[in-house]
Formats: sequence, C-alpha cells, structure tokens
Amino acid sequence: MKILVPVKRVVDYNVTVRVKADGSGVETANVKMSMNPFDEIANEEAIRLKEKGAASEVVAVTIGEAKAQETLRTAMAMGADRALHVETQARTDTELQPLAVAKLLQALVEREQPDLVIMGKQAIDDDSNQTGQMLAALLGWPQATFASKIELVEGGLEVTREVDAGLEKLWVKLPAIVTVDLRLNEPRYASLPNIMKAKKKPIDKLTPEELGVDTAPRLTYVKVEEPPKRQAGVKVADVPALLDKLKSEAGVI
Amino acid sequence: MAEILVVAEHDNAKLDKATLHGVTAAAALGTVTLLVAGEGAAAVAEAAAKVAGVAKVVHVDDAAYAEPVAENLASLVVAMADGYDGFVVGASTFGKNLMPRVAALLDLAQISDIVEVVGPKSFKRYIYAGNALATVETRDAKLALTVRTTAFPAAATEGGSASVETVQAVAPSDLVKFLGREVSASERPELTSARVVVSGGRGMGSGENFVIVEALADQLGAAVGASRAAVDAGYVPNDYQVGQTGKIVAPELYVAVGISGAIQHLAGMKDSKVIVAINKDEEAPIFQVADYGLVGDLFTIVPQLTEALKASKAAS
Ligand SMILES: Cc1cc2nc3c(=O)[nH]c(=O)nc-3n(C[C@H](O)[C@H](O)[C@H](O)COP(=O)(O)OP(=O)(O)OC[C@H]3O[C@@H](n4cnc5c(N)ncnc54)[C@H](O)[C@@H]3O)c2cc1C
Ligand SMILES: Nc1ncnc2c1ncn2[C@@H]1O[C@H](COP(=O)(O)O)[C@@H](O)[C@H]1O
Repeated sequence: MKILVPVKRVVDYNVTVRVKADGSGVETANVKMSMNPFDEIANEEAIRLKEKGAASEVVAVTIGEAKAQETLRTAMAMGADRALHVETQARTDTELQPLAVAKLLQALVEREQPDLVIMGKQAIDDDSNQTGQMLAALLGWPQATFASKIELVEGGLEVTREVDAGLEKLWVKLPAIVTVDLRLNEPRYASLPNIMKAKKKPIDKLTPEELGVDTAPRLTYVKVEEPPKRQAGVKVADVPALLDKLKSEAGVI
Repeated sequence: MAEILVVAEHDNAKLDKATLHGVTAAAALGTVTLLVAGEGAAAVAEAAAKVAGVAKVVHVDDAAYAEPVAENLASLVVAMADGYDGFVVGASTFGKNLMPRVAALLDLAQISDIVEVVGPKSFKRYIYAGNALATVETRDAKLALTVRTTAFPAAATEGGSASVETVQAVAPSDLVKFLGREVSASERPELTSARVVVSGGRGMGSGENFVIVEALADQLGAAVGASRAAVDAGYVPNDYQVGQTGKIVAPELYVAVGISGAIQHLAGMKDSKVIVAINKDEEAPIFQVADYGLVGDLFTIVPQLTEALKASKAAS
C-alpha cells in the first residue's frame, strides 16, 4: 500500500500572529514556520502503517514557495520515503485556496496512484477544514474525516471519527481519504541521524502548470483586520466578591 | 431573490439547533429551502416546515440517509443543485464534513465558518485561530457556506408555514458504510447552545476531579466543557473540547477553571458575554480576556463557589 501525505508549511502555532497595518493580510516575514500540527499527526500515522508492514511507501507532498521544502525535509526526517514539491509564489494562507490545493493533489494522486491519502483536518492558518473532503469529491473516493483511530480491515479501513456528539465509526473502501484529528497519535521528534538521512532523500519538483491546474483564487480577501479586543477585566479578592459582581454588575446569575 | 438551500442536521427525530442558526444566515441571502434527508424523519420535516423564515421544505425519505454519510448527502444536494444559488449548513462536524464535498463537486470555492453576511457575495470569517478577521468575497456564481452558529441567532421554531415537497433519493455509495456511534450521554444542556458553560483544564489534574466542575455546573444549570489538554489527558471525552479545533461557544457566562488561556482555547470562547477565570497563576493569559479573575487554588475556590451558590438559592 502506498500512502500520500499532504503537509503544509504554516506559521508556528506558538507565534502570536500580527495583522499588517494596511489590512492586506497577516505578517509572515521573519516569523517561525512549521509543519501544520495536524499534518504531523497524519505523517506519523502513515509512518506507523509502514513500520507495521501495512504500507510500502510514504510520499510527502507540499504546495508552496521554495522554503516549503523545509517542511518536506521534516516529513522525511520523521520517516517519509520521498517527497513532491509543487512550487508556487502564491501566499498559501489566502491566495492558494483549498479547491486549488485539492485539484493539485488530485493531479498528483493520478500520477502516483496511492491507495490512501492521509492529511490534516485543518490548516491552522486559513482554518478552512475543506481540502480533504474536496479531494475525496474530485477523485470520487470515500472520505473519513476527523479520525481518532484507523484500523486496516479486508479491502478497507475502519475509522473512528471525532464528532460533536461523541464518536462515530465508518468503514471506507480503499482507495480513500482520511483527515486526522488531534487524538490519533503523538507525532515523534526526528532524531539527528534521521535528519541527516532525510537530506539525501529525493524531492521531485513540479509546477501547477505541469499538472495542468488553474490555481487562480476564487475568493478575494478584501480586508484582513485585527478582531475587536476584549477589555481585560478585574481580579476579585474572593468568592463572595465574585458572586456579588456576577449578580449586581454582570447580571448573569 | 436568490434561492438558498440549507441542509438540515437531525437524528431522524429532532432538528439540530445548528440548522436554526444556519437558516438565519441563509435568510439574509435569499429565499430559504430546507432539505431534510433522513429515514423515517417525517417529524423532522414537519418541524422544519414550522421554522420561521423557511419557505419550502424538501423531504427525502430513504435508508441511504438514515445516517449522516457525506458521500450520499453530497450526491443528493448535487442532484438538486440546479435550482439553487447557494448552499448553507451549520459549521458543526456534520456541516464541515459535508459542505466541502458538495462545493468541490459543483466546482465552487467554500467559505468556512462565516460570522457575518456583509453582502450577497461577501462574508466575514476568522483566520489564524481568531487572531485575524477576514472579509472574503467569492467570484463564483454560487455560494457554498458553513455558518458559525454562535454568530447568528437561532431562527424561531414556530411561525413558519412552509410547503413540504418530497424528492427521490439518489443511489447511495457502496464505498462507505456507517458502523455506529458512541454518544456521551448527559443530562446537561448542550455545550454549544448552553446559557452557562463551566470548562476545566489541565489544572483539574484528573478525570475524577471533574466532579468539582460538574457540581458547579449543576448549580449554574451549565454545560461542561474542557481544554484540549484535559481531553488529551483523558479526563473527559473529545466532544467537550472548546477551541480553534473543537467547539465554538458563546454563552452568557463562561467559567474557565484551571485553564491557562492558550490562543487555541480563546478562539473557541472569547465571544462569551461574561468570562470568569479561576487559576492559581496570576500571570495566566486567560486573565487578559476574563471580566472577573480569581487567583487561587481551584480545589478550594470552586467548591466554595458551589456552596455559596447553593446557599444563596436556599435563601431566596
Ligand atoms: C493544532 C492545535 C490545535 C489546538 N486546538 C485546541 C483547542 O481547540 N482547544 C484548546 O483548548 N486547546 C487547543 N490546543 C492546545 C493549546 O495550545 C493548549 O495547549 C491548551 O489549551 C492548554 O490547555 P490548559 O489550559 O488546560 O493547560 P495548561 O496550559 O497546562 O494550563 C493549566 C492551567 O491550570 C492552572 N492550574 C494548575 N493547577 C491549578 C490549581 N490547583 N488551581 C488553579 N489553577 C491551576 C495553571 O496555572 C495553568 O494556567 C491546540 C493546539 C494545537 C497545536
Ligand atoms: N499548500 C498545501 N500543501 C500541502 N498540503 C496542504 C496545503 N494546503 C492544505 N493542505 C492539506 O489540507 C489539509 C486541510 O487544510 P485546509 O482545508 O486548508 O484547512 C491540511 O492539513 C493539509 O494536509
């Protein structure tokens, strides 16, 4: 079984994001970037399937600027075998949008013929939560989103999904798309020898043109602004003081 | 006037509240048709016809829709798509699972988790865990939207008198099978629509200790939520998680107990009307958004608060 893992380079989740004063977007210059946390979990799961002998090859893929190759190196240092880089100058938080990403991934799936695509449920920059479902639709494949457990069964997968009411279990026939949630696994750290080894693993470079995909944005980000700030309140001394505030000032109890 | 199709979320017995919020957003865009696809869900279709602002209900009764399987629902919506200018669903896990599949099949860009309708093609939504608010305009001919339920009031469940039309099912997919669900049963109000929410974090120390939070929730008639750290540690089930990648809540009162206030948590609760934080670390970032902060040990403060509420109820 061959597994494709799309990994996105995003502003690190620990960075306090700043909105540019001209309202054009979020500041990403000289900001720490990392692999989208959900994609680390997806990559970890793919590698575990390989280590168990269930998968033969794990191929990481990213779409983004030249520096996005760092994210592919991380994926390979964790254990992916090789990588694909679709290079674009478009900003991946706003200009390169989920439908275009899904179309690029569709073209790559048609080339690579994987049996399974495991990816994040959500990129923490655009917070779209769309790409996996869109890719499944374009390929006519089944989708198992928000996975917290994946089990291989004859001809398919049984996937436990985190939903608003609790958990749901789904069987999907392979080939399929799985998007992962936080509780699926804890991604490993790459060891130094593996980081060195990853430098020698191959990255194939491609362009959207070569893949025949129009990536022009369908959505215009007219304005990006700082959200209204909450006023910090007061510290109260004790429980009676808190109750008094909640009753007489806030009127909520 | 634009024709907008809202996909109803339900369990074949009851219309989910997320749908009522979706209807309000959709009504700002055009005439609302509510799609009720289910098995034996006639009661839901009847209830849907009474929702204020709904002009028409389309009811599809088939075993293919007994469970919310995205593949089957998406095929149905796509088969109906010609008559509509927009597709709307609540930004619940149901809606997030379904709408991108519909959008891609129709070659539409989706706008996720909208918090405001600015114009017929223009919407506001948060990006970067609520750190930035974007105004987004689509160039596509049709709309595909998921709606943040806390940002739009629920449509009234009475007052409407929509016509009900039945439509044929579309052949279901054999690539997917629904196997079952585990629902966390609770007598408490539902987290995303509760008037009061009490959430516990890593500071709770264990699942057993959550009884302290539950006792306070009982006094306040509140739902119980949690931070990711508390869920990851196994103190409470996954559906308790409030935040960027969990549930979005905006109650009148949110009480954060032993929660530091990471941006990913704030993204899910900072639109609450009144926020109370109880934390032993006076530097905890949660205090920057809390209206009322109480610095100290939660194992002392929370039981005191519970007792005081009990006493004041007994007195009145
Ligand atoms: C991709 C991604 C998505 C995420 N999504 C979410 C999300 O949706 N929701 C979410 O909540 N988090 C999310 N997180 C995690 C987030 O970054 C924080 O790690 C998490 O919110 C921390 O939870 P916490 O506040 O309970 O724990 P901590 O940060 O460890 O805070 C515990 C707090 O308890 C206090 N405390 C300890 N003992 C006591 C005591 N006896 N009395 C009083 N106070 C005490 C401490 O002072 C501390 O402030 C996400 C992270 C990532 C990377
Ligand atoms: N530019 C990209 N390169 C690689 N993978 C991506 C890219 N954008 C999105 N993805 C994948 O799609 C998932 C969901 O992203 P989104 O729909 O934008 O929230 C991510 O977790 C990634 O796995």
